[in-house]
Amino acid sequence: MSVAADPHEKFAHYAHPERLVSADWLAQNLDNPSVVVVESDEDVLLYSTGHIPGAVKVDWHTDLNDEVTRDYVDGAAFARLMSAKGITRDSTVVIYGDKSNWWAAYALWVFSLFGHEDVRLLDGGRDKWLAEGRPTTTEVPAPQTADYPVVERNDAPIRAYLSDVLGHLGKPLIDVRSVDEYTGARTHMPAYPEEGALRGGHIPTAASVPWARAAAEDGTFRSRAELDAIYRDEVGLKDDADVVAYCRIGERSSHTWFVLFHLLGFTKVRNYDGSWTEWGNAVRVPIVKGEERGGVPAS
Amino acid sequence: MTTELPTKLSEIVEDFQALDEPDRLQLLLEFSQGLPELPQHLQEHPELLEQVVECQTPLFLSVDIDDSPEQIVRLYFSAPPEAPTTRGFAGVLLEGLDGLSSADILAVPDDVPDRLGLTRAITPLRMRGMTAMLGRIKRTVRAGQTS
Repeated sequence: MSVAADPHEKFAHYAHPERLVSADWLAQNLDNPSVVVVESDEDVLLYSTGHIPGAVKVDWHTDLNDEVTRDYVDGAAFARLMSAKGITRDSTVVIYGDKSNWWAAYALWVFSLFGHEDVRLLDGGRDKWLAEGRPTTTEVPAPQTADYPVVERNDAPIRAYLSDVLGHLGKPLIDVRSVDEYTGARTHMPAYPEEGALRGGHIPTAASVPWARAAAEDGTFRSRAELDAIYRDEVGLKDDADVVAYCRIGERSSHTWFVLFHLLGFTKVRNYDGSWTEWGNAVRVPIVKGEERGGVPAS
Repeated sequence: MTTELPTKLSEIVEDFQALDEPDRLQLLLEFSQGLPELPQHLQEHPELLEQVVECQTPLFLSVDIDDSPEQIVRLYFSAPPEAPTTRGFAGVLLEGLDGLSSADILAVPDDVPDRLGLTRAITPLRMRGMTAMLGRIKRTVRAGQTS
């Protein structure tokens, strides 16, 4: 990585400390030409109300999703996006966003599908930056168009499809949705109706670990010790675990993916972005309702 | 067949339609910024507000119907600044519907949100949030009429 990692004491305990930056570090690096700051929010208008000076916006819906197929953009479209945002293949990209970095983590994961090497999250995201009274602006930067190569996505290492998950049953699987979604009491997030599914419940064998357990009150990631207590001690993930995480559309599970892959150092972690909006609508896939995880269905 | 909209709402839809997508979002942002604070009596009595749970972010709404023969409807919205899209939709409905008669509001077609030309830029889920807001207003007005 061309830009030195944030030497923050908290990060040193994570498996990959270089994947997080603190607000102090970012404030000192805002003028660093090798660093591009990206805001990625759930709310499409939020960036326009004020953002970190110099930050460009990447919208998960209009920029990263394909307009027609339920899939991410291809290499050419990603290269166009990166070029327009002034990002080169060597840029250090720091992403931050609303809601404890859900969408920022989602964007980071999509950047990772394209193998962009140096992409980091601002610990605490947008809310913490604002809460600390740090500077914002509504001035939208006009970056010089950068030269970004067309690199096709490499999904296999970090993205699971429905068929992969069917073949994965019996190996660690984490459902990061709310408990009511897990049990099937509801088919959508509290206050997020209708983007639901025809069936409620969870994928057999999945452990329920709501994503927010990995986030502290201020939106920062919990400490290494706290995260180990959840995922290693409680869920029982072993060092060589082959893990799949899912939620509703793959955004909350990107947050958990980031925790498992970058902060805890599990090397085989995939995000099933089809998640419950695919599984809960698919024909003849096994589903378990209630609090029990359920066993591997006989095939 | 397109159902006719109340004049004010119709003008807002035309304003949106006349713009390209980035400017439509900018206009929605302006509606968000223009959403007025709650009047004193509602600030002091938040229990008079009802939450529209279908919205992704907290949106609180109060629908007052007066005693006149037209049963004039006054609308009050509250949503936090970190939810500009929700605030923007609330602003559109406020400017388009506030002060109309109950009958006029009940006649507003349910697909108005889709006519703003934002369905590509804004996720279907959020668009449904605005539809839900309109639905809630109409339900409350209908209930107020029959009572």
